[in-house]
Amino acid sequence: MSPDTKKTFQLDGKEIPFREGQTVFDAAMAAGVYIPHLCHNPDFEPHSSCRLCTVIVNGRPFASCTQPAVAGQDVRSDTPELNEMRRALTDMLLVEGNHYCPACEKSGNCRLQATAYALGLQDSHFPQFFPRRDVDASHPDIILDRDRCILCGLCLRISRSVDKKSVFAMTGRGITTTIVVDSPSGLLADSKVSREDEAVRHCPVGALMMKGEAYMVPIGQRRYDVSPISEDSVREFHAREEAHNG
Amino acid sequence: MASKRKIATCSLAGCFGCHMSLLDIDERLLELLELADFDRSPINDIKEIKGIVDIGLVEGGLCNAETVRVLQHFREHCRVLVSVGECALTGGIPSMRNHLSLKSCLEESYIRGVGVENAHIPDDPELPLLLDKVYPLHEVVKVDYYVPGCPPSADALWHVLSALVTGRDPHLPPALLKYD
Repeated sequence: MSPDTKKTFQLDGKEIPFREGQTVFDAAMAAGVYIPHLCHNPDFEPHSSCRLCTVIVNGRPFASCTQPAVAGQDVRSDTPELNEMRRALTDMLLVEGNHYCPACEKSGNCRLQATAYALGLQDSHFPQFFPRRDVDASHPDIILDRDRCILCGLCLRISRSVDKKSVFAMTGRGITTTIVVDSPSGLLADSKVSREDEAVRHCPVGALMMKGEAYMVPIGQRRYDVSPISEDSVREFHAREEAHNG
Repeated sequence: MASKRKIATCSLAGCFGCHMSLLDIDERLLELLELADFDRSPINDIKEIKGIVDIGLVEGGLCNAETVRVLQHFREHCRVLVSVGECALTGGIPSMRNHLSLKSCLEESYIRGVGVENAHIPDDPELPLLLDKVYPLHEVVKVDYYVPGCPPSADALWHVLSALVTGRDPHLPPALLKYD
């Protein structure tokens, strides 16, 4: 055993081992502890914008997806206060967009919906915004439905760093922020995006979807219908680690 | 034996799917009727609540003056008011009209619609006035509990209803919490 593997920190009173350079989030997930998250996908660079993965480290709040693990630190995640904050954030994301779960093709595969389930979001506290947003169905293979966008920025990051195309960007500020497409007309059909792009495969909600694939798996038998996101995320994380370690 | 609870139900801007789900509790209806009586409800066709009831279940959102009146009547006459289904919680499918003006919605249906004859927007004084938008219930009255789902499953409704009737916590277990 190398000296690095002996390093640990406390997470909700449990001893969590970590490797040098690992984040609190990665170490927790590797140890089988789910931390709710939306803008982060462990396959890609963290962004720390949704703040759902916020934990309390030695008394101060940090986004666990970017916070380096340090030996001996005291981390709290599954506390009533943090979970209440996560519910409020998730509730705000739901009312800010147009999230019609009963009519959405992504229902059951949606991380926003599954995270709300995991947090036990049963009630509603905020007025609905009902914003007017544009849908871009111009591309033969891909649809961009801004009604469902939570501005996690995953498509931007993946299109830029993995696909090397930078098809997507954000424009505007605050509540008027929106996703825009790099093309002369502003439409997907005129952009460099293609069905092979990683960027169109990792949208956590139903904002970027492949056409013709929405109902290949029936509602009720989908990813988070079968297994809660808390278990699914940890399982996926372990599979990724195993693949990575050969 | 303690006196029976009273339950009232109604459907506003909804599709009665939540009421269908309520009927889907099947033989548990008999168990429920041991513990509670139905006051105003489409199930028994009683039109107005008499006195005060313990639990009011409201399906559907608010789309016109009549739905607001009924909701306010329920709030005044129900000790506990429960918002049932996606339309009641968020406005749901009817609120898809919120992205358009009321005028353009009416014109699309009654003036420009396919196959429309004698085109005019209905203006009979008996028709309740439409609201500018479709609203969830909790934006107009205080709501005590929520049961999401489209519709909520019979098991979810039974869980909440049996909990409220017997004084237990009506929080849904993860397996019964669904928005679709």
